[in-house]
Amino acid sequence: MLYALKIATRYLTASKAQTALLVLGVAVGVFIFIFMSALIGGLAEFILSRTVGDISHITIEAEDPDPAILIAPEGQLLSVIEKGRARAAILSDAATFIPLIEAVPGVKAVSPQITGAGFMMRGSLVSQVTVKGVEPGRESAILNLDSYLTQGSARVGSGLVVLGERLADDLTLRLGQTVRLQSSAGVSTVLTLSGIYKTGNGMMDGSSIFVSLSTARTLFSLPQGVTRIEIKLTDLNAADDTALRIRALTGLDAVPWTDGAEQLMEALNAQAQTGYFLKSFALITIVIGVASALLLSTYRRRPEIGIMRAMGAGRGFVIFVFVTQGALVGLMGGLVGAGLGYLALLPFPSREAFRSGTLPMDITQGSYGLAITLTVIGAILASILPARAAARVDPVTAIGQ
Amino acid sequence: MSALLQVSDLVKTYGTGGAATHVLRGLSLELVAGEMAALLGPSGSGKSTLLTILGTLMQPTSGRYSMLGQDLVVADEADLTTFRNLHIGFVFQFHNLLPDFTALENVIFPTAVREGRETASARARGRDLLTRMGLADRINFPSANLSGGQKQRVAVARALMNQPELVLADEPTGNLDRESAAQVMELIAEINRDEGTTFLISTHDEKIAALCRRQIVVGDGVVTG
Repeated sequence: MLYALKIATRYLTASKAQTALLVLGVAVGVFIFIFMSALIGGLAEFILSRTVGDISHITIEAEDPDPAILIAPEGQLLSVIEKGRARAAILSDAATFIPLIEAVPGVKAVSPQITGAGFMMRGSLVSQVTVKGVEPGRESAILNLDSYLTQGSARVGSGLVVLGERLADDLTLRLGQTVRLQSSAGVSTVLTLSGIYKTGNGMMDGSSIFVSLSTARTLFSLPQGVTRIEIKLTDLNAADDTALRIRALTGLDAVPWTDGAEQLMEALNAQAQTGYFLKSFALITIVIGVASALLLSTYRRRPEIGIMRAMGAGRGFVIFVFVTQGALVGLMGGLVGAGLGYLALLPFPSREAFRSGTLPMDITQGSYGLAITLTVIGAILASILPARAAARVDPVTAIGQ
Repeated sequence: MSALLQVSDLVKTYGTGGAATHVLRGLSLELVAGEMAALLGPSGSGKSTLLTILGTLMQPTSGRYSMLGQDLVVADEADLTTFRNLHIGFVFQFHNLLPDFTALENVIFPTAVREGRETASARARGRDLLTRMGLADRINFPSANLSGGQKQRVAVARALMNQPELVLADEPTGNLDRESAAQVMELIAEINRDEGTTFLISTHDEKIAALCRRQIVVGDGVVTG
C-alpha cells in the first residue's frame, strides 16, 4: 500500500493551498480541543486546590467508645451518676502508626493533632475557638500556614499561639501580647501571640487557633495519644484508594476528603461534562470539514479515479488512497493544532502558580496525544464516505467526462 | 493463429421497457492474437460500447465473451480488475493521463498499482517504453506540460506497460494533428509487428483504418463487414 500512500501524498501536495486550508481548519479544531482541555482541567485543579487543597485529604479520628451497659440487679434500683466528661476519644497508638502511614506511597505529610474547643479571653472580650494542637515543625503540613502568615512566625512553641487575623481583630490582639485560653476540659493557660494568618476563609480566620501539641495535651488533659491524624497527599484524587490502603495497613478508620464532598464532586463532574461536549463539538467540526473537503476532491478527481480503475486499480486501492489522504490531513492538522495549542498555553502561569484574576490554564492537561489520536481517527472516519464514493465511480462514465 | 478473444451474440441494452436502447444486438466477433484491426462504423453504431465490454469495464446484457480461455461474463469485479490490469491496455481519445504525475509515473502506473510500489524494474521498463516512443527527454516531465501528441504517446506506452495481449484504442488519433496522428499510428504498427500485441482500434478515419490489416464494420449493433 506504499503506492497508495504515494498517490495520496501527491494529491495533497498537488493542491497545496487547498490542503493548507484544510490542515489549518483541522488545526483550529485541535487547538480548541487542547485549549478547552487545559482550561477545564486547570479550572478543576484550581477549584480543588482552593477548596480542598488546604484541608486534610485523609483524616483519622478516634472513635468514641460505646458506653457501658449497666444492668440493675434483680429487685434493686441502679443509680448512676455520670461524671462530667469533656475528655475526647484518643488514638493512643498514633506514634506507632505514623511511620507506617508516612511510608504509604503518595502520602506527602502526616500531622498528628489534638483538637478541641475552647474560649479565648482578653479582658472582657471572649471568643469561642477551635484549638489545633500540632507538632512544632509540622504547622504547615496540612494548611500551608506559612503562606498565609501576615505577621510573625508560624512556629508554635510552648506557650505560643498562632491565630487568624479576624480573631486577632475581635480580641484587639497584637503580636507579642498575651491572651488567656480555656479549654472545654476546663484547663486554662496564658499564651503569647506569635503569628497572625489570613486565609480568606472567614470561619477559619475567626475561630481556628494553633498551639503546640504539648500545650494542647495540657489544655485537654491528654498525657498521651492524639485525637486526630491528618494526612496530605501528593495527588488529592488518590484519596479514596490511599485511604483504603491505610485502613488495611493500620485498621484505623481513615476517611478520604471525598466523603461528604458529593456536591463538590458533582459540580466538578458537571464541569468535566461541559468540557466533553465542547471538545466533541470541536471533533465534529473537524470530521465535517475533512469529509466535505474530501468529497469535493473526489468529485474533482472523478476522471482520474476512472482512469485508475480502467488501468487495474481495485476499489480497495481507491478507498485506501482517499482514507490515507484523510489520515494525513488529520495527522498534520493534529500536529499543527497541538503545537499551536502548546505555544498558546505557554504564557499562562503553571498550576502551582494559579492566582485569582487569571485564567487557570494548565498546560499539562492539554491532552495533546489524545487530541492528535482522536483527530486522526476522526479524519479517517470522515474520509470513509468520500472514499466509498470514489470507489463507486464508474470508470466508463468518469473517463467520458 | 489462435483466437485471442471470442464474442458471440453480444447484447447490450441501456434502460428498460419503453425507454430501452438496444446498442448491441447479438454481435459476434473473433480476434486472433497478433491482429491489428480497425473498428469502423457510424456514431451510435455501438463501437465504443463494444470496446468498453471488451475492456471488461462493462458487462453485456447477454451473450458470451471469453479471452485467453477465460469466461469474462461470469467473472466477478475483482477478477475482472486483475484481468484488465494484466491482459488489456487502453488508449483513449483524450489521452487521460494523471495530471499530477510525470510521464514516467503515468506509464508505470499499471505495474505499480498491481505490485503496490514502484519497483526499479518497472521504472526501467517505463523508461524504455518512453524512449521507444521518442520521449527520452520527457521522462520526468509533468504530464500536464506535455503536448497533445506527446501525451498520447505516453498513453500508448502506459497501455503497453504490462505487456498486455490486447490493446483497445478508442479514436487514439482523433484529438491529434496530422503529424502527431501519423507518429502514434506508426508506433502502434511497430509494436504490433515487433511484439505481436493485438490492437483493436476504433476510428472514423479511413486512412487510419487503412493502416490496419483488418477492418471490422459495426452497424446497428452487429458486425456488418
